[in-house]
Amino acid sequence: MIVEIGHFALILGLAFALVLATVPLLGVEKRQPLWMDVARTAAIGQFALLALAFACLIYAFVQDDFSVKYVAHNSNTQLPLIFKISATWGAHEGSLLLWALILTLWTLAAALFAKQLPPTLKARMLSVLGWVAAGFILFILLTSNPFERLLDIPTEGRSLNPLLQDIGLAIHPPMLYMGYVGMAVAFAFAVAVLLEGKMENAWAHWAQTWTLIAWAFLTLGIALGSWWAYYELGWGGWWFWDPVENASLLPWIVATALIHSLAITAKRGSFQAWSLLLAILTFGLSLLGTFLVRSGVLTSVHAFSSDPSRGVFILVFLVVIVGAALLLFSARAHLVTQRRVFQPLSKETLLLLNNVLLIAIMATVLLGTLYPLILDALGIAKLSVGAPYFNSVIVPLTVPLALLMGLGFATHWRESRAGGLLTQLWPVLLVSALIAFIVPLLLLPDLQGWALVGLFMSAWIALSALQWLWQNRASKNSAGRVTERRRILGAVLAHTGFAVMLAGITVTSLYSIEKDVRLAPEESYSIGTTRFEFGGVIQKQEHNYLASEGTVKVYVNDRWLTNLHPQKRTYLSQSMPMTEAGIDAQLSRDLFVALGEKLDAQAWSLRIQYKPLIRWIWLGAILMALGALLALPSSRQRRQEVAE
Amino acid sequence: MNKQWLPIGIFSLLVAFLAIGLTLNPKEVPSPLIGKPAPDFTLPLLKQTQTLSTRELQGRVWLLNVWASWCSSCKQEHALLVRFAQNHTLTMVGLNYKDTPLEAQNWLDALGNPYTFVVQDQTGQAGIDWGVYGVPETFVIDATGIIRHKFTGPLTQKRLDDELRPLLKTLEVSE
Repeated sequence: MIVEIGHFALILGLAFALVLATVPLLGVEKRQPLWMDVARTAAIGQFALLALAFACLIYAFVQDDFSVKYVAHNSNTQLPLIFKISATWGAHEGSLLLWALILTLWTLAAALFAKQLPPTLKARMLSVLGWVAAGFILFILLTSNPFERLLDIPTEGRSLNPLLQDIGLAIHPPMLYMGYVGMAVAFAFAVAVLLEGKMENAWAHWAQTWTLIAWAFLTLGIALGSWWAYYELGWGGWWFWDPVENASLLPWIVATALIHSLAITAKRGSFQAWSLLLAILTFGLSLLGTFLVRSGVLTSVHAFSSDPSRGVFILVFLVVIVGAALLLFSARAHLVTQRRVFQPLSKETLLLLNNVLLIAIMATVLLGTLYPLILDALGIAKLSVGAPYFNSVIVPLTVPLALLMGLGFATHWRESRAGGLLTQLWPVLLVSALIAFIVPLLLLPDLQGWALVGLFMSAWIALSALQWLWQNRASKNSAGRVTERRRILGAVLAHTGFAVMLAGITVTSLYSIEKDVRLAPEESYSIGTTRFEFGGVIQKQEHNYLASEGTVKVYVNDRWLTNLHPQKRTYLSQSMPMTEAGIDAQLSRDLFVALGEKLDAQAWSLRIQYKPLIRWIWLGAILMALGALLALPSSRQRRQEVAE
Repeated sequence: MNKQWLPIGIFSLLVAFLAIGLTLNPKEVPSPLIGKPAPDFTLPLLKQTQTLSTRELQGRVWLLNVWASWCSSCKQEHALLVRFAQNHTLTMVGLNYKDTPLEAQNWLDALGNPYTFVVQDQTGQAGIDWGVYGVPETFVIDATGIIRHKFTGPLTQKRLDDELRPLLKTLEVSE
């Protein structure tokens, strides 16, 4: 019964989405304010119904209702409650429902917090979001209905994929979707502006707010996925250039460009068309990611069930939504374009250059991701593109990106003088170069060329950001100033976060040590001054899995530091063993031990890794997300500028 | 003015490739072994002391099905194989891949045994020789010991009807 209520709520949600998609648009056409106001009611109703549907599905999981096919395939009675709940979005159907739920949440938020926008623009924007929601709910109902019943009801479910029985992965999809789907707001905004045929620069603040929030979620979501892969997959890697990872990175890169482009539009009143195009692209790439993950056109470790009819639907959806938006852009972008003069050496130029670099990076990643598909489609070859391609093309693009990023802080809007820049920047240059040389000499085993480059870039970005913060230490204390200072602090924090991440990536990529060793109990293996002593393996029985748990005592300079407990788990419902690494985490380095195979009666193979600064990668991501949230324009600021 | 149409142009091209991509299966990698002699193996038969060698199969058309009890998509194709075995005189060899004899036997007891012979490849060595990279996979070997076809992933009724049956007809296996 509850399941049918959920199913019905979803269908009714589609009806509300269709109302949202049509009535406010017609209202704008016919100049009927009442019709335009329907948007708010429809957005509330749509969200309430989707939330009800989602709650019903969670209920089915908690109650072990195996008459529901989706529950029977992805849960069983042995599963702990928390994972029964997270199993709701653990597979295809439920994760799409979560996608739709989050979309309606963003739509509701946009409906409630868009007072600064003129009524027609707001109505159009909400209608566009209604189109997206209608398409998605239709997709769920037609191809991926989670409420489908089974005729013969199994007594036990098949259980959730053990890889997903982990708290990191339980929150990774909701975070990622908050980011992915949040980009829909900026997209709908862009389409509405194009329909409106004019762009007021103050609106850019509004769009920037929403993009910043979504971007913060996306950053955290991607970082969580990377962190999870690191401790759960047992290889000790943190990024694999897997198509699905790339799918989440592509919108992130373009959204980064969008945030900066919107800043120029808001401050200087130029780049309107470019900002709108980036907004369309960002969400387009989110949808493309959904297509790549859900259709099975590319091989990926994220082996979700693939079904050609699903792929066809998403592709048609992509063509309709993004194709229409791009056509609209082609036809009407000239209406919103304003040209402002700026000098070759100015903040505008540098931001523009970095935008171009970001788009180039995005195109490179996109090409690498789709290359196997393109060659296959042309009948040339079957191949896969791996980390060597991505590393060799992304690194050279990141170097100028980082250099310009630092320079951007020192330049002024409209015009900067080269001489003035040099006087201002030479201390930063000098200190960055010193750091790049001294850090490897004192703290790292040797001095490598790329370490020099990477550390220099990190120091350069962080120090120029801090210098900018110093120059902008406030004098006046009016209310507007407070917001401005908060925003400056946010920007500095986010860019410092990027610098921290860059340092982490550089050092961990170049100086990690990885050894596969065979150890019998009491035997040891040393990396530098750190000694790993194997204490043997015991068998453990947990609630829904059996574990072989090793004990590894870690000594530094022969003083005991900690015990690590790497595990190999066999879940009762599956026979593929899962690795659970034993990790000792510190800000300066991780010690990582994964249990391999049993080699004879006593000895096991162990993978021992020493990973310097790996925590900095995720720490950097957290700083970036916090910075983005700190940099939100205040509603007062936005309103003031609208009034001007 | 013209450059405004660039995004939609690139987008159309992208969509075209994605549409073609949908019709293809990325997991279907043509085996370099097709048209080559089948790699030799001599492996123990399941739950028996005797072994089976590929040389003993010379002179007949046979099918090698790689499966394991831990592989869930093997379950999908298994019913098809059982039915197929009832209607054909074809020699079917099951290569039980990285599995334990006990679990393999339980599996066959529960779901039926379509195989003429079941051999054990516990270490996966034979699998490496045959270029197996996922389970299930199915090879067709002709009377002269040449690999004629490879199916990656579970067999379906469609693949049996469209690919396997016509091939067996040319190799003169009677129904």
